[in-house]
Amino acid sequence: MAYSEKVLDHYNNPRNVGALPKDDPTVGTGVVGAPECGDVMKLQIRVNADGVIEDARFKTFGCGSAIASSSLATEWVKGKTVDEAATIRNTDIVQELNLPPIKIHCSVLAEDAIRAALADYKRKNAALQGTTP
Amino acid sequence: MTPNLPIYMDNHATTAVDPRVLAAMLPWFTTKFGNAASRTHSFGREAEEAVDKARDQVARALGASSAKEIVFTSGATESNNLGIKGAAHMLREQGDHIVTICTEHKAVLDSCMALEREGFRVTFLPVDNQGLVSAAQIEAALTEQTILVAVMAVNNEIGVVQPLEQIGAMCHARGVLFFCDAAQGLGKVPLDVEAMHIDLCAVTAHKIYGPKGVGALYVRRKAPRVRLEAMIHGGGHERGLRSGTLAVPLLVALGEAAELAVAEMPAESARIGALRERLHGGLTAQLEHVYLNGHPTLRTPGNLNCSFAYVEGESLLMGIHDVAVSSGSACTSASLEPSYVLKALGVDDELAHTSIRFGIGRFNTEAEIDYTIGRVVEVVNRLRDMSPLWEMVQEGIDLKSVQWTGH
Repeated sequence: MAYSEKVLDHYNNPRNVGALPKDDPTVGTGVVGAPECGDVMKLQIRVNADGVIEDARFKTFGCGSAIASSSLATEWVKGKTVDEAATIRNTDIVQELNLPPIKIHCSVLAEDAIRAALADYKRKNAALQGTTP
Repeated sequence: MTPNLPIYMDNHATTAVDPRVLAAMLPWFTTKFGNAASRTHSFGREAEEAVDKARDQVARALGASSAKEIVFTSGATESNNLGIKGAAHMLREQGDHIVTICTEHKAVLDSCMALEREGFRVTFLPVDNQGLVSAAQIEAALTEQTILVAVMAVNNEIGVVQPLEQIGAMCHARGVLFFCDAAQGLGKVPLDVEAMHIDLCAVTAHKIYGPKGVGALYVRRKAPRVRLEAMIHGGGHERGLRSGTLAVPLLVALGEAAELAVAEMPAESARIGALRERLHGGLTAQLEHVYLNGHPTLRTPGNLNCSFAYVEGESLLMGIHDVAVSSGSACTSASLEPSYVLKALGVDDELAHTSIRFGIGRFNTEAEIDYTIGRVVEVVNRLRDMSPLWEMVQEGIDLKSVQWTGH
């Protein structure tokens, strides 16, 4: 299958690969997918006191399009507030990376990973403040 | 020394045409272009002689007792269809049951499924965890209604070699026809339709350094005489079994390729087998969690199918883009299902997604093997560094204990 230039660029030069300390209360971690389905994404965000995502990291087991989708997701969430990040849609990722129909599930997984990381961050902070989310 | 790039190491998919084969076929396009059925002039007669020679070459390569037992086709898919459906239709009055194995090529599985839709019953036997089936297992599946057993010589993904001689002997003792798809077997492992009691045998040129678009079906004429119903009707070519003007240049090429493949098999197998061991040894020496798929020794010399745990196959192919290999990963197929062959061996889906098939062939060199080892090791390490599964395994987490979300 032919890959778009952008997918190849993210695959060859993935942005923000790595890990943040998952027990840190300012860090939200989302792990989505399953090994038997052929893709697992881990996306992490670090949120500052103003509610802005100041850093993001990912690790992905999956095809080139899955790696590119998660790499792009980390780029996009950086600098956004938690609420802004929640508005990123998989269709935006499909468009940006020119993903073919058979690879749309990669973008869905990246959106799920963002949401899972945001939810984890909110859960931790709600717990810290003693309120129920 | 860096070899010329890109490197072709997908010789189960297809092979380059050997220059000797090309040289043999070329005259039959231009100066010697006659129709082999035109017996009234020299153009036709020389074409007919060329076809006769090719038929002899294929018959000898398969150990057939007569060249009359060879029917030329467009390739192994057509041969599989003609052999299985043609025999089943002819034997319909005697029985309606066929036995095959679930790791057969799609051309066999789909032909069997087409027969199921016509009312035949088909048993798709499982294989063991190394990809093999036994004659006893097949015999246990036979019924009074069984008319045909279809078992491949060599699997196209994992290269394992089935015990054809035992299966064939059992079939003949039980009076059941034995069909064998030998597309991946000819020139790779010894084949002898007499010794192996094969009644119908499908082969193709493009897996043995011949051109695409030509193959043959061996059809036994004696003990027993196998009768087939034709699928393509017309001028009655190939004893009425496959009408259509013979593609003389392609048949000449198939004959030449088959003769070379069998004549050179001993030396070629030794050389290619050594390259395969060098590749396997080089990879496992530098990488951990590399698992061989299929039987370790009962496989063709050129086949290496490995799972590189925690690295998805398609992403690995992307990384080693200057080495042409293939993967059992779902992401390389249209279906999003991982390899049904690996599944049949009991390989977990998660490992099937990480599998790579290397197909070493006649034109691969030691320098290419060494380059491939280097590239695969580099890319696997890079992708494991960015794999969340690898990270978990390094942290001592048992992946089976994780509650995955799926999608």
